[in-house]
Amino acid sequence: MTGHRLPSGGRIDRARPLSFRFAGRRYQGFAGDTLASALIANDALLVGRSFKYHRPRGIYAAGAEEPNALVQLGAGAYSEPNARATQVELYDGLTADAVNAWPSLEWDLGALTGLVSGLFVAGFYYKTFMWPRAFWNRVYEPAIRRMAGLGKAPREADPDLYDKVHVHADVLVAGSGPAGLAAALAAARAGADVLIADEQAELGGSLLAARGTLDAWLRATLDELRGMPNVRLLPRTTVFGYYDHNYLCLLERRTDHLGPAAPAGLSRQRLWHVRARQVVLATGAHERPLVFAGNDRPGVMLAGAVSTYINRYAAVPGKRAVVFANNDGAYRTALDLAEAGAQVLAVVDPRESSPGDLPAQVRARGIEILNGQAVAAATGGKRLEAVSIGPLGGGAARGVACDLLAVSGGWSPVVHLFSQSQGKLRWDEAKSCFVPGTAAQAQRSVGAANGTFALGAALAEGLNAGAEAAKDVGFGGWRAPEPPIVDDPKEAPPHPLWQVPGAEGRGKSFVDFQNDVTASDLRLAAREGFESVEHLKRYTTTGMATDQGKTSNVNALAILSDATGRAIPATGTTTFRAPYTPVTYGAMAGRDRGDRLDPIRVTPIHSWHVARGAAFEDVGQWKRPWYYPQGGEDMHAAVRREAKAVRTSLGVLDASTLGKIDVRGPDAAEFLDRVYTNGFRKLGVGRCRYGLMCRDDGMVFDDGVTTRLADDHFFMTTTTGGAARVLEWLEEWLQTEWPHMKVYLTSVTEQWATVSFAGPRAGDVLRELAPAVAVDEESFPFLSMREGVVAGLLARIFRISFTGEPSYEVNVPSHHGLALWEAVMAAGEKHGITPYGTEAMHVLRAEKGFIIVGQETDGTVTPLDLGMDWIVSKQKDFLGKRSFARPDTSRADRKQLVGLLPADPAEVLPEGAQLVWDAAESPVRMVGHVTSSYWSPNLGRGFALALVKGGRDHHGKTILAPLAGKTVAARIVAPNFLDEGGKPLHG
Amino acid sequence: MLLIPCPWCGERDETEFRYGGQAHVARPLDPNATGDAAWAEYLFMRDNPKGWFRERWNHAAGCRRWFNMVRHTITHEIASVYKPGDPKPELPE
Ligand SMILES: [Zn+2]
Repeated sequence: MTGHRLPSGGRIDRARPLSFRFAGRRYQGFAGDTLASALIANDALLVGRSFKYHRPRGIYAAGAEEPNALVQLGAGAYSEPNARATQVELYDGLTADAVNAWPSLEWDLGALTGLVSGLFVAGFYYKTFMWPRAFWNRVYEPAIRRMAGLGKAPREADPDLYDKVHVHADVLVAGSGPAGLAAALAAARAGADVLIADEQAELGGSLLAARGTLDAWLRATLDELRGMPNVRLLPRTTVFGYYDHNYLCLLERRTDHLGPAAPAGLSRQRLWHVRARQVVLATGAHERPLVFAGNDRPGVMLAGAVSTYINRYAAVPGKRAVVFANNDGAYRTALDLAEAGAQVLAVVDPRESSPGDLPAQVRARGIEILNGQAVAAATGGKRLEAVSIGPLGGGAARGVACDLLAVSGGWSPVVHLFSQSQGKLRWDEAKSCFVPGTAAQAQRSVGAANGTFALGAALAEGLNAGAEAAKDVGFGGWRAPEPPIVDDPKEAPPHPLWQVPGAEGRGKSFVDFQNDVTASDLRLAAREGFESVEHLKRYTTTGMATDQGKTSNVNALAILSDATGRAIPATGTTTFRAPYTPVTYGAMAGRDRGDRLDPIRVTPIHSWHVARGAAFEDVGQWKRPWYYPQGGEDMHAAVRREAKAVRTSLGVLDASTLGKIDVRGPDAAEFLDRVYTNGFRKLGVGRCRYGLMCRDDGMVFDDGVTTRLADDHFFMTTTTGGAARVLEWLEEWLQTEWPHMKVYLTSVTEQWATVSFAGPRAGDVLRELAPAVAVDEESFPFLSMREGVVAGLLARIFRISFTGEPSYEVNVPSHHGLALWEAVMAAGEKHGITPYGTEAMHVLRAEKGFIIVGQETDGTVTPLDLGMDWIVSKQKDFLGKRSFARPDTSRADRKQLVGLLPADPAEVLPEGAQLVWDAAESPVRMVGHVTSSYWSPNLGRGFALALVKGGRDHHGKTILAPLAGKTVAARIVAPNFLDEGGKPLHG
Repeated sequence: MLLIPCPWCGERDETEFRYGGQAHVARPLDPNATGDAAWAEYLFMRDNPKGWFRERWNHAAGCRRWFNMVRHTITHEIASVYKPGDPKPELPE
């Protein structure tokens, strides 16, 4: 063998060389490589620095469980932090960097200073940085931010496109290894609709890394599945979350493997939402590291990963190799290494003997097997140089120079999805691993994910599970296909070796590589009393970050169990949470970003507001004109001008967003009587009434004007933000408490456009636009409605007012809204008509002391607190009435609505300001807060509404608002700042 | 995400529904003849069992109708759904 790439074999395409850059250096790989396999073929094992200690780290695994090889992929807006090099498919022109090296991968300051070592003992978050406190901001935090941490999130907006897919499936198979493919095949042949997903580019799982075994079966099975109309195969798709009622989420990577060559317009990733009737989990197993001194040196790798690199990628990670394993399976790696031309110096096996078939083949090749021995230490810097091998029971150790140590501490089934589905895990003593126990949902675990590691048995289990799953969804009467013949070697049981004895004194023995947690950290934590595995996890940070303990969880648990003298099952296991591997925010958002994040509702008159340069305010999902600045006006100037215009001549407001509910039926009047605090039964046809609704606890819920259109027909309006809530709530009472009532509710908010013009000239405009409508006081009194023709449009005209000025609200079918608005603007021109927005509207109504539900109220305010006794019926019953008599609701010192006039007329109190009687009191008693506060051009001063404890008894008194830097005094007054004629009362 | 069988529409995703809390909380027939304690009990107090629970749901983004459901609060298993006014089903074992 010359170099580290085999001249033939593997699944790479030697006809398609690809060039790429890592950590500033240029390399070459082939199509079919991952970034990791290409680096290994270039003998560039060193890929990063560790999280806390900045130790050099190399590629350790070959898949999702990789703890070390996290890279910053790409640059600029397309940059992706913490991509696992083992899962990054190579493309031409790929660039990547190490994530945690400063100033560079080769020369890392953190490692040189040695400063960090003492800082990061177990529980370092809680201990090291506690004292002296002043050091935190100036010394510790900047140091940690620079030293520790992983990749960097790009600062630019994500330029990629993402999609979502929602599908149903009879059977979802997670994982396309032998067991998963077998399950998919059996279920599909039976007729079930099958979705099979695998995180890798190529389907086949462990078969892709095995020499020759079942190649023909794999090809035939994939061909058959591809040809079936009831089967969907999803490569490059990770099943990352398993939720209630067999709801699973999948992340499909569609263009990541193409890099800059990705076609424009194709979404980068798709998030699949799958509701599956049956689930088969065939997610395989992760190999466990062995814990000894220096077990993190670049060149120490999982044995299965070494085999994968050799067999699948024709990349040989080392030339002088030692294998250290407590199980028969890893002997395959010794054979693979020897086959690839590497020198296998020894297989070190802590078991007293290894009588299985694979050890026999190793022995037959003349490779030395050292039974009853262990590797106590690995030495070297940026690359492994030697290992120290000695008897387990103690005794003379010998050093062996090598550049590769393949380790295997046994296998842990990937039970993440099973555990996410609320299934209970069971410790299998014979196999030394957690396996799926009691299931909580309609699923089956098969193959290595179920602890069934032997190939033949995994295939049989998969076929069986697929057929059973199909049967459970109605495709019975089909027998599972016969499994292919597999000659599985006879294996001796593994023997757990959680930590090599005597290694502790020889250097750091890592358990969690990604979080830099050592065996001594875990033992220290246990001594300090962190005996619960959940506490241990948080205290030491083991099993956290992007890795979520894929390689470390079981080893950490076993060491904790040893330190606390409990059996492993009694020690417990941590909860696995979604996602299995990280998911981009882009995929979660899909196309629901920017303007599509939430529906945007606009009125039929919106285009006019935009053309006039209106500033908009979001009210629920509605865009409402906030104010209309003219010629460089700021908001205050614009609002002043608009509010003044309404009181002196004429203003016009787009009120189309008001909630509108059509209430109809023989019991409509009785129904309204029950939901409003005031009476509606006696309301005459054509008359309007302002009403207040309370919840049954007596608190104000919504308000609005309701008009009687006919005996059995009402038109209700609600607050803009409350429309949907009110409709739902009314429906709830009708359906659940009063189902006998004959009332139908229909939302008509969007059917009507509403133009409200107000001010002393309002009547003139209506007279001009509706010559056939009698506008005089007697024929069209306040609080009544007329149907008529306005500007040539059939309209409902409501004479109601939210400003205290004469005003008309004209409703026309939505599509005529803009025409009506323009007609009103034209007719009002000679009166100086001024369009006004929500801010001026708020000022005008506050001057009159009119409340806004949600501003003066917050769900704890009764009509009596607002001083609105006049609207609360003494005669009839209604929702909330009983609660007014509750002791708490009838307290005299409840917060009550008052007006405030700051002592300095120029002062405008901030809304939400807290109010006190005595600012010098300690602790100071808060007796109220400001609910609305504005500058009034009509009063010529600042004014506010507030809720104050027992406020009605304190009119005339001075209350204080302590603000940052000053305390503002204000006089309490009645909450109405204008007299009946609309003239200012104060100021 | 739960798969909820609306009695009118069939199985739909949980996101279409709004939760309505404990079912069969009767509003006192004559609130003004109800004592403070009993009224407070009706307004504020709800069961919070670990296990089977009869609860109200509204198919808010579907048929907009209310119904009752028997759900296990730990496993989320749904034993039955029934319309308002239907007899109260026995809870499963
Ligand atoms: Zn429904």
